[in-house]
Amino acid sequence: MLELLELLEKDPTLTVDQMATMLAKPKEEIAREIKRLESEKIIVKFQTVVDWEKVGIDRVSAIIEVKITPQREVGFDAIAERIYRFPEVRNLYLMSGAFDLMVMVEGKNLKEVSRFVSTKLSTIEGVLSTTTHFMLKMYKEAGVILDDKEDDRRLVVSP
Amino acid sequence: MTWADRLSPQVRSLPPSGIRRFFDIVAEMKGVVSLGVGEPDFVTPWHIRESCVYGLQQGYTAYTSNYGLLELRHEITKLFERQYGVSYDHRREALVTVGVSEALDLAMRAILTPGDEVLIPEPCYVSYTACVSLAGGVPVTVPTLMENEFRVTVEQLEALVTPRTKALLIGYPNNPTGAIMPKEELASIADFAKKHDLIVISDEIYGDLTYSGTHTCFSSLPDMRDRTILLNGFSKAYAMTGWRIGYALSNPDFIAAMNKIHQYTMLCAPVTAQIAAIEALKNGQCAKEQMLREYNRRRRLMVDGLKKIGLSCFEPKGAFYIFPSIKETGLTSLEFAEELLKKEKVAIVPGDAFGTSGEGFVRCSYASSTANLTEALTRIERFVKNYL
Repeated sequence: MLELLELLEKDPTLTVDQMATMLAKPKEEIAREIKRLESEKIIVKFQTVVDWEKVGIDRVSAIIEVKITPQREVGFDAIAERIYRFPEVRNLYLMSGAFDLMVMVEGKNLKEVSRFVSTKLSTIEGVLSTTTHFMLKMYKEAGVILDDKEDDRRLVVSP
Repeated sequence: MTWADRLSPQVRSLPPSGIRRFFDIVAEMKGVVSLGVGEPDFVTPWHIRESCVYGLQQGYTAYTSNYGLLELRHEITKLFERQYGVSYDHRREALVTVGVSEALDLAMRAILTPGDEVLIPEPCYVSYTACVSLAGGVPVTVPTLMENEFRVTVEQLEALVTPRTKALLIGYPNNPTGAIMPKEELASIADFAKKHDLIVISDEIYGDLTYSGTHTCFSSLPDMRDRTILLNGFSKAYAMTGWRIGYALSNPDFIAAMNKIHQYTMLCAPVTAQIAAIEALKNGQCAKEQMLREYNRRRRLMVDGLKKIGLSCFEPKGAFYIFPSIKETGLTSLEFAEELLKKEKVAIVPGDAFGTSGEGFVRCSYASSTANLTEALTRIERFVKNYL
């Protein structure tokens, strides 16, 4: 199962037939296994990494450091949920160190993101402060180097 | 009298590499899917490349000891101790070379007297017979068969051994067939070597790329350590072909003799590559295992694909090649390779490039992405249909 996951994480477009051959397992077993992994949410989602800039669509991303007051019984989780439910929020992490939550937000433009921070995020009860950092350039996303210049430089035929 | 007439007759009589000949045809074409490449499609892991950059910043730009950096030799001997339980003294029994190619050349020149015969199981890597000839020796090839999974047997060797036989040169896992030799069979080869008092040169560059069982290092067999010149390097397991870095391990006399030639002809292996090789040995295990798993999956994909197409092939157990028979098509290896290239733009290597016993086969390398392999299989299928 570990190897199946390794394979899928790298390339979810492989067919069940291909995976079965590559892992030397029967097709039915692979199909069943993938279904199980999905239903148990071990496979969370199959997603596509898109470089929107190349299609000419501008997007603005920001990382926002948020300090909050933990609440009785639920700690940070309740406030975290209020934040991650917003579709603008791409990622949310609880952090150690100088602040508590790291929120990654995406919007059409600077204005939209700052409006989200000032009207939605900082007004949530328990949010003490926010520090917004706008991203200037994306080099690597989800483990993929976006503009990889490492071509196959091998000779076409070699001993 | 032309300039060519003035060449040494030995070099003149040496046939050019069959791969080179084919390469010239391929080089002009566009849109080729290549299964003809004898090197990993991975780029050297970043931590290894980065250590080389750091080494340069630190000013590692000078000659090293002829034998190679002491630290590198130590890492190499530690690896053999750890992996195969065979000990070498890193001060006297290890020599760092410019790839296994140089080590092979040194070994031949160090041990051969003109006229000495060297037994070489075939199909084999292109430079084996050439290196023997250049050193004045006589290559005696031992054809291996697909029916026997391209393994060499003692009976075959016994039939060809003569009083002039000085050495046996083996390379398992094998390029181009992907064959491996199980431990028991290597042990009987060892007995054979002892019986006829032969030196064994064992090229184990693909040793880490073994998919069925574990690789047996020839010098780890009883009484074989001093009799064996063990050759290995970083090209395949660490995806470092262009760095040109390999090594030889053997008894102090053989290593000293090889080093004597090495110091006059090469001086030392490039220091940049030596620094990177240290990093590879210290921290490269994880990346190496990842590549191995990846190759294994592609291997299965290729075996399955070629069988479905209707080409009979032996399931390779090591390296990253598959060596299907194309005899059913009625074409020769070269015709098959040329026609496939012209009609479907898939580059493979005709089997006869690896010796006459490779005729009737072609070498496909699966050191290529899954997408490329799938595309190549589709094209090969379309091509083969016209002949079967």
